[in-house]
Amino acid sequence: MPPLLQIKDLVTVFDTARGRIKAVDGVSLNIDSGETLGIVGESGCGKTMLALSIMRLIPTNGKIINGEVLFSGRDLLALSSEEMRAKRGSEIAMIFQEPMTSLNPVFRVGEQIAEAVRLHRKLPAKEAMALAGEQLREVGIPDPEKRAQDYPHQLSGGMRQRVMIAMAMSCHPQLLLADEPTTALDVTIQAQILDLISELQKKNQMTVVLISHDLGIISQEAQKIAVMYAGKIVESATVGQIFVKPLHPYTQGLMASLPARCVGVDKKQQKYLKTIPGSVPSLYNLASGCRFYERCSYADSHCAQEEPSLDEIGKGHFVACWKSSEIQKEGKLIN
Amino acid sequence: MTPSLIEIKELHKKYNLSGSIWNSKKRVIPAVNNVSLQIYKGETLGLVGESGCGKSTLARLIARLEKPSSGNIYFKGENIFLYDKKALKAYRRNVQLIFQDPYSSLNPRKSAASVIKEPLTIHRIGNKNQRRESVTQLMEKVGLSREQAHSYPHEFSGGQRQRIGIARALVLQPELIIADEPVSALDVSIQAQILNLLKDLKQDFGLTYLFISHDLNVIRHMSDRIAVMYLGRIVELAENREIYEHPFHPYTRMLLSALPGCDPVGKRRIAAIKGEAGAENDCGCNFQNRCPDKGAICSKQEPVLTQVEDERFCACHLTGSI
Repeated sequence: MPPLLQIKDLVTVFDTARGRIKAVDGVSLNIDSGETLGIVGESGCGKTMLALSIMRLIPTNGKIINGEVLFSGRDLLALSSEEMRAKRGSEIAMIFQEPMTSLNPVFRVGEQIAEAVRLHRKLPAKEAMALAGEQLREVGIPDPEKRAQDYPHQLSGGMRQRVMIAMAMSCHPQLLLADEPTTALDVTIQAQILDLISELQKKNQMTVVLISHDLGIISQEAQKIAVMYAGKIVESATVGQIFVKPLHPYTQGLMASLPARCVGVDKKQQKYLKTIPGSVPSLYNLASGCRFYERCSYADSHCAQEEPSLDEIGKGHFVACWKSSEIQKEGKLIN
Repeated sequence: MTPSLIEIKELHKKYNLSGSIWNSKKRVIPAVNNVSLQIYKGETLGLVGESGCGKSTLARLIARLEKPSSGNIYFKGENIFLYDKKALKAYRRNVQLIFQDPYSSLNPRKSAASVIKEPLTIHRIGNKNQRRESVTQLMEKVGLSREQAHSYPHEFSGGQRQRIGIARALVLQPELIIADEPVSALDVSIQAQILNLLKDLKQDFGLTYLFISHDLNVIRHMSDRIAVMYLGRIVELAENREIYEHPFHPYTRMLLSALPGCDPVGKRRIAAIKGEAGAENDCGCNFQNRCPDKGAICSKQEPVLTQVEDERFCACHLTGSI
């Protein structure tokens, strides 16, 4: 079966006063139907712009200059705006980090959910409103008919995110893009929201792209992981592969820098965390070689000159690093 | 036993919310509710809890940025709310804060060196050359280069700004550092650098930390003892290991099971997670609506923080029986 979403060599650029930057730089990804792909990376690495490029919702000073986004075989980038608008919300839905800024403060939440239903499923207003109540029940909001009459500010952060999910789910999308859906929430609420998403995913056989900076969340929810660094995917593999043996020095560094990763695992309390020296390079003046060169402990002169491509070095395990075969041979486990 | 540097006794802080134009009902928010706590010299006390539980209010009370509704805080045996002007200034020198957001906590119009130097000027410590000297020394200590002294905050990355904030807190050679979510705004790789730095500095300067975070992993990495807060109260207080390996309070258990695991094949939840931290209950335990082990007594009587074992406190009626 062909993958549900196939991204080929996608490049999204932004023209700013200081010049052009490539926020997404040649990203290729395959996402199979029904799976959860986690995209992980630090702030500014292009995770969100990748998701917005799929939705064709990038800010006005940006544009997609190269690549294809094949959704069930059709290139989303080639669709007219009307065709794309019909896909958005009905076949592909997205939820965002901060639910308060993505809900309209002057409409009741029920109406906001009903709007999507009315537009995409062409239902009369009354039925749409009833369906909105139904959706709210679906996402675990107690007393849904009454809550549907509330305005966003009357709900807690967790409830608002549930409303966002209800809205996204209202037309039974095949693909859900969740951009840091729990970053603004407390841990106990975060766990509830993540459970809700995976429950709905199972029920509706939905494909999920989960974007997060938190490796813990990604490892728990996703089957496959793509690690992004400065606009590029540097490593992608199954969760098992990445957690047993990360092959890109950046992935290794990310995992090693997490404090006390497992609760219940008897891990001698280490005094120091491993760190990745330096910080993420500015996208304005990138050097010619590997983008991780300056922070990498494996780097040599070759890395400074030529940029590595994302190559498959194990089954389904892609790494963009000149030293990956060397690292693989080392057999060094970081845990 | 190690002497306590800070002793908090039955501290309350209530905020009165006046009614709005549409709603004349007045509300009282008990942000800090009957907190008694000691911070021992040389330790790192971790304070963990969800947003709105009163962590930062407690920090502000200890820093004497707020006055309590009732209760007292003692610093080396002296009540900090009875200090005269001079003693208060000395106290402020001894207790310094590190803030969460390195973007909003630095004056954008002051260079790094002058941000760090300002406390010395205010407290009239040393002459011009001595001040400059101690600023450069400290900048190197926290991992900033001498050349960056005259750069402005916007020229630094988030991690570097947090280093400036740390240097500013340390320049007066305080005894207690209150770090309020110092790494929450930073990316993981930078977070690790700052946590390592804080550990180093603690050792080098013999500091005591009150380390506030919502992140249980960070708290576990940094703390000697941990206090768990829920809706203004301390619900559990114990040694680091005990909290993570044998949590007593149902809320602590819930927090721990909410942590995303790193083990993809590992088990997931040890306790069910339900409800949200909401308003106080009129009667009984604050946590009763979310508690999986709620008993009959919980809705009638409020549990108090009691000593369960040596150095181990828990505020739950069912501590013995769960």
